[in-house]
Amino acid sequence: MQKQPLAAGRPEIRGDAPTKASGRERFAADCYPDNLIWAGAVRAGVPHGRLQAVDSAAALAVPGVLKVLTAKDVPGPNRHGIIHQDMPVLADDRILYPGDAVALVLAESREALRRAIKQVRVVVQPLPGVFDPEAALAQGAPPLHQEFADNVLMAAEIRKGDALQALTACAVVVDGEFSVPMQAHVFLETENGIARLEEDGGVAMTVSTQSPFRDRFEVGNALGIPYHKIRIVSPHLGGGFGGKDGATVQCLLALAALHADGRPVKMQWNREENLAAGYKRHACQLSYQLGAKKDGTLHALHCQLVYDTGAYAHLGGEVMELGMEHAGGPYRIAHTLIEGKCVFTNNPVAGAMRAFGVCQPTFAFESMMDLLAAKLGMDPLQLRLRNALVKGDVNCAGVRLTTSTDIVGCLEMLQSHPLWRQREAWKRQAPANTRRGVGLAAVFNAAGYGGKVRDAAIAKVELSPKGAIVVHNAVADMGQGNASAFLQIAGHILGQDASRLRLRHPDTTTAYPSGSSSAGRTTYTFGNALIRACEELRARLINRAGLLLAVDSDRDVRLVPGKVIHPPSEREMPLEQLAAFMPQEDRVCISQFVAPICEQVPDTSKGFLIGFPHVIFAYGAHLARIEVDALTGAIRVCDYLAVTDGGAVVNPCMFDQQVQGGVAQGIGYALMEEVATHEGAVRSGDLATYLIPGALDLPDVISCAFQGREESGPFGLKGVGEVALNGPLPALANGVADACGVRLRQAPLTPERVLAAREAQQCI
Amino acid sequence: MHLTFTLNGNEIQVEAADDRRVVDLLREDLGLTGTKEGCGTGECGACTILADGESRLSCLMVAAQLPGAHITTVEGMTAQTDGALLQQAFVEEGAVQCGFCTPGMEMAALALLRQDDAPSRDTIREGLSGNLCRCTGYVKIVDAVERAASDIRSCRDRENT
Repeated sequence: MQKQPLAAGRPEIRGDAPTKASGRERFAADCYPDNLIWAGAVRAGVPHGRLQAVDSAAALAVPGVLKVLTAKDVPGPNRHGIIHQDMPVLADDRILYPGDAVALVLAESREALRRAIKQVRVVVQPLPGVFDPEAALAQGAPPLHQEFADNVLMAAEIRKGDALQALTACAVVVDGEFSVPMQAHVFLETENGIARLEEDGGVAMTVSTQSPFRDRFEVGNALGIPYHKIRIVSPHLGGGFGGKDGATVQCLLALAALHADGRPVKMQWNREENLAAGYKRHACQLSYQLGAKKDGTLHALHCQLVYDTGAYAHLGGEVMELGMEHAGGPYRIAHTLIEGKCVFTNNPVAGAMRAFGVCQPTFAFESMMDLLAAKLGMDPLQLRLRNALVKGDVNCAGVRLTTSTDIVGCLEMLQSHPLWRQREAWKRQAPANTRRGVGLAAVFNAAGYGGKVRDAAIAKVELSPKGAIVVHNAVADMGQGNASAFLQIAGHILGQDASRLRLRHPDTTTAYPSGSSSAGRTTYTFGNALIRACEELRARLINRAGLLLAVDSDRDVRLVPGKVIHPPSEREMPLEQLAAFMPQEDRVCISQFVAPICEQVPDTSKGFLIGFPHVIFAYGAHLARIEVDALTGAIRVCDYLAVTDGGAVVNPCMFDQQVQGGVAQGIGYALMEEVATHEGAVRSGDLATYLIPGALDLPDVISCAFQGREESGPFGLKGVGEVALNGPLPALANGVADACGVRLRQAPLTPERVLAAREAQQCI
Repeated sequence: MHLTFTLNGNEIQVEAADDRRVVDLLREDLGLTGTKEGCGTGECGACTILADGESRLSCLMVAAQLPGAHITTVEGMTAQTDGALLQQAFVEEGAVQCGFCTPGMEMAALALLRQDDAPSRDTIREGLSGNLCRCTGYVKIVDAVERAASDIRSCRDRENT
């Protein structure tokens, strides 16, 4: 059979599926180098205090224990972090949450390591802790960081027009207070990696990370190692979702490698450690006031968002900023005042998680839209359609939209879907003791880093000596499939089938800095760079082949799977032969792409550091059909429809994967997920107490692509990794309101909360 | 202790402490890293293997349970036609994203299909309810198992005619 080149737009099989399905794919967790040493952290276990002593004697007496390292063994400043370098690798003075690492044990076996960790005695003089933003902001609260005396990491506002004045002029105003809990990523492959001291005194590591290039800065800054002496390799990740964006094991591993006498070191957090010390999604309190004119035109929004960022800054300020930029929903609102505070507490460190700060306000504004619709006596879908942004509009942050904006198209597709059109009949058929409801949510999510952070990628593609096309990926694939999309793009442009394409994982010694795998930017930014690199390589291969085939011009020379052909002369040359004629540097093409930035930044924001504003957004319209058990309060999601504007679709199968997976995580967030803590210590420390959706908890989520086109995107696409997560919580809350007339304002929407709300309603 | 058991069709002998977790024995001692560990407490299913045809969590099994047992891991699942068809269906139906749950999911699905060769979608969901996936939302995994069931039946029908 003739081999077909991969083509953009087709549901090509993911390049990584065969090796993953057969168990042959080697994740970082699968690396067990010979003669390895196991490393593990001793955690503080107390939320706030002064570290007075670490007594390692008993631990060192455990057979098989090699070393117990403490802060005094850390070379360099002993602080890491992305924006603020405030996290100690090993605590040296203050303990700011129970997950703080205090000592690092090196042992010959995992069993010895486990026993020794329990034997390290940590002496801490306790200090009073603050466990929610209210307590942290109260007069006299203990300051957690010197440079933030009021415990406010960031206070910012977006002001467009005069919202407070405009609210008084609205025909209808609704208000509400909302709260959402901390959420855990629960990637199945917990934080891990291996590291080794190189002969030149540098450190090489293979680690499950979303940000190999940035890790070099974090490790280098914390431990005083020159960046060029740090090598990071990032194989396929067993999930990330933001939780591996920023150093997790990296600094500890590098420290261990420095003390391991040249032996390789392995560190793997278990699930309990992942839940206790891994990054989390910010818990958030939201207060909303939304006003409209009599005809349903949104007119004014005033809201206040308070994010609990936990013990360290990490990406807290940036998470909040993005939430604020989305706080008004995908709507035209003439006047907005959006106030945000990101507050330190002695809780686990909050950082990046899929839908980075956005799903919190989405719950609030999409609940507000239904409250408003009810008060206006309008259909909730019509209210959304009336106010939905179109290209050329100014969004709630004051930014004029100049890129593809197809939320109206998404809402119209939803409107014509049978799940919407036949909703009333479906509701009427509710079984006994069951209430049925239908809820909507219109969502959006920015792509890219935003202003003041160059969002760039440098792609490298190569014809190998054996005639294969090698894509040097530089942005980690945490499972979303960007690496497969890159192979598809390369195959499309270079006319090759899967058997001719090879992937190199991100490696700081062979690839070029291209930013993190995050922010809906991965395929967009690197993909654009790769298109240019592949086009250059194609032109070069055609040119060199034309020369060798002795044809007059390059015009009719073409690349097909495995070879270059010139049909008019019937001459051809296998790629391996062509490669043999080309010097190494001639076989490599490198190209950069820099994502567009906002040309006219409005002066609406105050207190923002970086990351504002964004110019490209994915949009979505979601519908949930739910049943509420009238006796138990349990919610069952019967049907779920997600219509997504992600521009053009390069791979329909991977597009659906992202949407269905995002919805699944969103349904977990809506119904069951909540990191329970007591004085900063995680109480839901395993997957029996921290529940995520299983196969029985979810319906067959239907994903429909709007199929628009983003002109700046590779083959017209926009990132769709995040937008879908935003929909379920508000859609389900709106569904509950439709089913039983009660409005839940606190997530997750547990059976207890449903019953309590119903009881409160019946008491009135 | 000295252990003799059958692993992916071959009888093998290994030395291991009797309380060594089977997941560690497979991954670290025998180099079969296809079997994953996601929780270590029997909740996620990533370490699922077949022991005498039944799906079992290898993080909750110890070496002392192995003597005489027939163990199948993801590395051995394609030795039989149904396993090969199932794996192919996972690949082609888009059931694989990060892939960390995939081997365990496939083993659980294989055990299910050997009990029920034409399961409904609900039955498939029930059969996989002990295996967590954080990436896919399960839709394409259920699609893959449904398709594999049909492929396996067709294959058997062809063999029988």
